[in-house]
Amino acid sequence: MISFQRVYKRYPNGREALAEISFDLASGEMAFLTGHSGAGKSTVLKLIALLERPTRGQVTVNGQNTATVKSGGIPAFRRQVGVVFQDHKLLADRPVHDNVALPLVIAGAPRRELDRRVRAALDQVGLLGKETSFPMELSAGEQQRVGIARAVITKPPVLIADEPTGNLDPDLALEVMNVFKRLNDVGVTVMVATHDVHLIDRFRVRRIHIEHGQLAGLPPDVAA
Amino acid sequence: MSLPESVTRAPPAGSRRPASVVLSSWLERHAQTFVASLGKLARQPFATLLTLGVIGLGLALPACLHLVVLNATTVTAGVGDTVQLSAYLRLPMSAEQARKVRQVIDARDDVQSARLVTPEEGLREFESMSGFGDALKALEGNPLPYAVMIRPAPLVDTPEAVDALAEELRGLPGVELVQVDTEWVRRLEAILEALRQVVLLAAILLGAGVVVIVGNTIRLDINSRREEIEVIKLVGGSNAFVRRPFLYSGVWYGLGGGLVAWLIVTSAVGLLAGPIERVAALYASAFRLQGLDYAASLVLVVGGGVLGWVGSWVTASYHLRRIEPRA
Repeated sequence: MISFQRVYKRYPNGREALAEISFDLASGEMAFLTGHSGAGKSTVLKLIALLERPTRGQVTVNGQNTATVKSGGIPAFRRQVGVVFQDHKLLADRPVHDNVALPLVIAGAPRRELDRRVRAALDQVGLLGKETSFPMELSAGEQQRVGIARAVITKPPVLIADEPTGNLDPDLALEVMNVFKRLNDVGVTVMVATHDVHLIDRFRVRRIHIEHGQLAGLPPDVAA
Repeated sequence: MSLPESVTRAPPAGSRRPASVVLSSWLERHAQTFVASLGKLARQPFATLLTLGVIGLGLALPACLHLVVLNATTVTAGVGDTVQLSAYLRLPMSAEQARKVRQVIDARDDVQSARLVTPEEGLREFESMSGFGDALKALEGNPLPYAVMIRPAPLVDTPEAVDALAEELRGLPGVELVQVDTEWVRRLEAILEALRQVVLLAAILLGAGVVVIVGNTIRLDINSRREEIEVIKLVGGSNAFVRRPFLYSGVWYGLGGGLVAWLIVTSAVGLLAGPIERVAALYASAFRLQGLDYAASLVLVVGGGVLGWVGSWVTASYHLRRIEPRA
């Protein structure tokens, strides 16, 4: 579902983020992307969501080589990839319903379908009944779960998340991570970037560890 | 560089819908944006009114100039009504001969009326003009010839046709001299032609001004909604999708500005109609000030909408492509 082949990425400012990295994530698989800040986790996710393009090498998502996606095709490509952000990026001036429905509206779903699917998505993250609340009225964990509902409402085959628990206390973080696990259980390919080793110890999930832009063996404290 | 819209708008794989559903949801989204963009403008009434006012004034100026030219054209139309030709007959000539010449002229299709002026009548007219009386008394006899005062038929309504008529009258036996003053009409027409060019130029310049005003307003709007645009792009919104509400805003600005312009012009015509008709009445003219007719009103309002659309399209296309999400 996600395949990196000798991917090298250097940013215009000269910083080398990834050095010839290769890995595969099968359809329906879940993985934690771990590593220190600046190790290249975010770059991996940006390449998957086509927010960046590799300098060299090949990134394939859902059978599509990202190099063949022209700029006009990026919106359609992004609709196959649900993205969850650390700061959730909700629109503060719109209620939860409209935030969650946004990807469906973009995809051109009819209005009748919107309400039903928004409720289904909110149900998946345990927020049914919060449709009319505004993001500011919700707790940080709830806001993050709204972000997840938005990411999965179009039923994308791939879901990626960048430090989704970074701003949450341990209980809320576990709650949010459980949402990802449940989505994976129903067949979504999930990749979550995190540096919260204590949290991921509680899940039996594959880990992809990056150090200085390269795949690395797990550090001793994690390998335990 | 970018793919056709159909590609960027295509629903994600696995969610194919019948064409009728796609169309109705497309219409629904447009209707939604249509109302939402109007609501957005209504929530900032002061800023919106200022913008509409600027656009309205910009559009009202060429519309007013157009009316000036239009009304001036009406004044010069029907040159035949206002132009009189004078045919002076040869000397010497008997009263009988003079009447025959008048009859020949009067019988023409392109002549509405022909009145014979005897030398005696002519002399009296001259005497009644101040300053001539004493000079005429110094003359021994009456030096004036018979004259025929001619009103052209209504079909003779251009300076050219009047001149042609004069030329033909000159060729008639017994006619010595034909005088006609079409020069003032020609001058007025030339001035009007120049004014028409001014109207065209003003319309082009101020139309471009409207495009710029709407474009700048939309640019500010885009900047203030940068975050929202980034999020929409992050979740797969195409440039066309992001651009749509801004296009609607632009059209609203243009249509509203056109409406304001229409109000300005119509009020101005209403204010001026009375005084101008009084002036016309003093000149015994039935002239009425013409306002904007339906077609011109439609052009003004719809034209405003089109200019607004162009302004927002150019700006939105330019700026939205430069806003790319940063994760």
